[in-house]
Amino acid sequence: MILVILIGLLFLGGVAAWLSESIHPRLPRTIALVTVILDLLIMFTLLGGEGSGWIASVDAAWMPRFGISFYLAVDGLSLLLILLTAFLGIIAIGSAWDEITERAGFFYFNLLWTLAGVLGVFTALDLFLFFFFWEVMLIPMYFIIAIWGHENKNYAAMKFFIFTQVSGMLMLVSILTLAYFHYVQFETFSFNYHDLMNVRMSGSLEMWVMLGFFIGFATKLPSVPFHSWLPDAHSQAPTAGSVILAGVLLKTGAYGLIRFAVPLFPAAAMDFAPVAMALAAISILYCAKVAFAQSDIKRLIAYTSVSHMGFVTLGVYAWNEQALQGAIMTMLAHGLSAAALFMLAGGLQHRIHTRNMSDMGGFWARVPRMAVVALFFSVAALGMPGLGNFIGEFLALLGAFQANILWTVVSAFGLIFASVYSLWVIQKVFHGEYASSDSKAGFDDSHLTDLSRREMIYFAAMMLGLIWMGMYPQSFLALSAPVLGDLLTATEPGVALVAGVSP
Amino acid sequence: MTMTLSDLLPLMPLLIVTGTAVLAMILVGVRRHYALTVLVTIAGLSVATVVAAMMMPFTNQQITPLLIIDQYSLFFTVVSCASAVFIAILSYPYLQNLQDQREEYFLLLSIATIGAVVMVSSNHFVSTVLGLETLSMSLYGMVAYPVHVKESAKHPLEASVKYLVLSAAASGIILFGMALVYAQTGTLEFASLIDNINGETAGLGAGFSILALLMVIAGMAFKLSLAPFHMWTPDVYEGSPLPATTYLATIGKAGMFVILLRFIEASDALEFDSLITVLSLIAAASILAGNLLALLQENLKRILAYSSIAHMGYVLIAIIASFYTTGSISIEAVTFYLVAYVIMSLGAFGVASVVSSSSKEFDSIEDYSGLFWRSPWLALVFTGMLLSLAGIPLTVGFIGKFYLFFAGVEAGLWTLLAALIIGSGIGLYYYLRIVYRMVLPAGENSAFNNDGRNLLSSYGVLAVLFFLLLLLGVYPAPIMNLIETISVAI
Repeated sequence: MILVILIGLLFLGGVAAWLSESIHPRLPRTIALVTVILDLLIMFTLLGGEGSGWIASVDAAWMPRFGISFYLAVDGLSLLLILLTAFLGIIAIGSAWDEITERAGFFYFNLLWTLAGVLGVFTALDLFLFFFFWEVMLIPMYFIIAIWGHENKNYAAMKFFIFTQVSGMLMLVSILTLAYFHYVQFETFSFNYHDLMNVRMSGSLEMWVMLGFFIGFATKLPSVPFHSWLPDAHSQAPTAGSVILAGVLLKTGAYGLIRFAVPLFPAAAMDFAPVAMALAAISILYCAKVAFAQSDIKRLIAYTSVSHMGFVTLGVYAWNEQALQGAIMTMLAHGLSAAALFMLAGGLQHRIHTRNMSDMGGFWARVPRMAVVALFFSVAALGMPGLGNFIGEFLALLGAFQANILWTVVSAFGLIFASVYSLWVIQKVFHGEYASSDSKAGFDDSHLTDLSRREMIYFAAMMLGLIWMGMYPQSFLALSAPVLGDLLTATEPGVALVAGVSP
Repeated sequence: MTMTLSDLLPLMPLLIVTGTAVLAMILVGVRRHYALTVLVTIAGLSVATVVAAMMMPFTNQQITPLLIIDQYSLFFTVVSCASAVFIAILSYPYLQNLQDQREEYFLLLSIATIGAVVMVSSNHFVSTVLGLETLSMSLYGMVAYPVHVKESAKHPLEASVKYLVLSAAASGIILFGMALVYAQTGTLEFASLIDNINGETAGLGAGFSILALLMVIAGMAFKLSLAPFHMWTPDVYEGSPLPATTYLATIGKAGMFVILLRFIEASDALEFDSLITVLSLIAAASILAGNLLALLQENLKRILAYSSIAHMGYVLIAIIASFYTTGSISIEAVTFYLVAYVIMSLGAFGVASVVSSSSKEFDSIEDYSGLFWRSPWLALVFTGMLLSLAGIPLTVGFIGKFYLFFAGVEAGLWTLLAALIIGSGIGLYYYLRIVYRMVLPAGENSAFNNDGRNLLSSYGVLAVLFFLLLLLGVYPAPIMNLIETISVAI
């Protein structure tokens, strides 16, 4: 029941925020903030109940004709991700606090509905319900980009929507095929995750069905070659949109891989693993290279996101405990660091109305606090030991090495590239000679002010999070470990089958 | 078979609709009064809706060889009559400022509904033709209705004549096909061709049967505006006054599809491989042509016309699937999707009707720029309808797509499913293009000037449709069960 409240609260909060705009233009943001904080507090009550199995669940008949039920459940893995969602939700509202002044009611409506959709995705265990939420989160995100975005927003929003929707339909076909095979084998319709685990299919069919899932998730993740929507969406989205997109939405793809794409089809997934890991390695290196070539700071960060998410794919398809832990830690840490970097980029754009890095330079003297914060998160992103990203990528590589040496070695070079582009950004924007408005006339610096106290609070919270993850990752690993243990045990027969064929 | 008095009871909905038309005609003859005529029409059609709904649980009877009154036909009687009520309510303000005789329009609307009710209850070629022609004849009049008004809907006469000529040609083809089917089966009832070919009275044989089926199906495909018989659709949609377009797009299509469904199921047409190939090609061509051509349009009515071509192609997939699937899932898919399609088309055209009037139609998508900030509720309804047409969750369109996908997967029609996915992907683009226009900042002179005839009743219709859109999208279980029950009979 608590899960229904969590999601329902966000839906209702969104409607309330929209309606409240007519009372006072400042009311929506307050309502939105209160709603998400309330959600976060409710989530805390779920902590401590973990162990093997489900912490909370709700299961009610929904469309009995197809055996579809309203089945939500939370385990350690889902809990980590919904906590991340609520936390970044608060951060996103904070980043929109002063930036979004037009049509604020509708903005917070969309923001909260996106979050509600994401919570649904992280908790749904009925595959129809999962797909339902998967699509529900797209429309509000489309509106966020299309209404409050920047110069090329229509193109970006449309591309985002079509990519995710079409890949989603492939996944729908896969889900339905799976459900149909359940009907053939057990003579009842069911979309229940646990029931569908029992479905057995022939090798080639299983591969096709698995690919439907993979394409759906790899587009959202995103992984090469389905990534081209992300740089456009990010560069055009408002800051809060980028925060949600990078911090939370991308993680739904990774979550889908861990929860569905591999466990439902262990044999096919393991057959496919070398290809997936190769795609991961290409994502890591290629997008790092492309990131380095960008002059638009938001596009650059977007490409680094693709690059970092490559480690997640790598970890998932290695499918052992270390690698999976690494993938999950990378998801969490990247959620914070990418969100922070997008906020910084958004903050800069808000102040000087350009994202073009070639116009920037020497900002350290003007905005020292911002520079320090930026340095911190860049260093976090490049994988400095002691911060969360390092733990994640290190564990992912460590686990992946046991599964596939070639692609792991290739991927490891990504760490070097990450240092290059991260430090290059710092150098370009904050070091060097100050490019003032009179000399190069690249921008108007009259509003270039340092971070306010409010902004510092968000960044401090995210920094603390990253340091916590880096210094004491056990508190996160402990939550996901039992879940991963169960998943690995459940998929053991299928995996062993493949390992036996091709040692 | 002779008719007895007890046979009249199941015919109540049909009789009530007919009575409504007669009453309205007498009323117009005695004293012309616009509001009263409209009121009588709406009341009569509403009563027919309620009566048909109440009869549904216990009526299952063949009345004369011509009409079958079972749960399925009563279900679509309810859908048709309810839609006709909605259209009548939307027509009232639309025609109010027409400088001409306005009352006969509602007479035509009632008569068209008689045709629709006959169509959905038909399992006999004679009643098919009767229903079809009653509907079409009335529609010719409705399409051309504002013909004396210079500045009104752009080309009502052109649209009407085009529709008349092409539709008559299609009817001719259907009739020829029916004659050939008759030569095979020796009966005008929908009956299995396969049984006759394999039976003792061999008839003309398989070759002629295929030709006969092709002619019937080609004619029906024309009425359903399936590619490659779709050419008339955008012009007629664009030229007609909005309420007539709505009628054509919703009740006209749904009624025809019910006949196609019954005919294909009864005649075992899909036993012929070549027919499956033809239908698959028609479906794929409709999906691709409809969606691709819609991309280039700037006129809302033309966009919706092309999108209706695509949607009819989607439904055809489920009809083809019915050959491969066990149980009634494909029939249910067709039924549910038709209901969904009627709701969302009524809504989308309804929004345009509400802001338009017979003297000025707002049918360019440019007119809807910034609608979200000018009249948010209207924009919300319109967005809901468009997203539903695109098949996005929370709306009935998504559940409809889900049904189609399910039927397709169960039948293993992978190529057609690929067409469905590609088509839906393209479709997103033009639906979102309209949505995007609506969220743009409002431009200048963008207020709708429709003589201030914004009636609360029209908004009420939109509210009801929007409610249905969400209800069936979020909690479809009751109607799913209902459709499962009624589909078994087909």
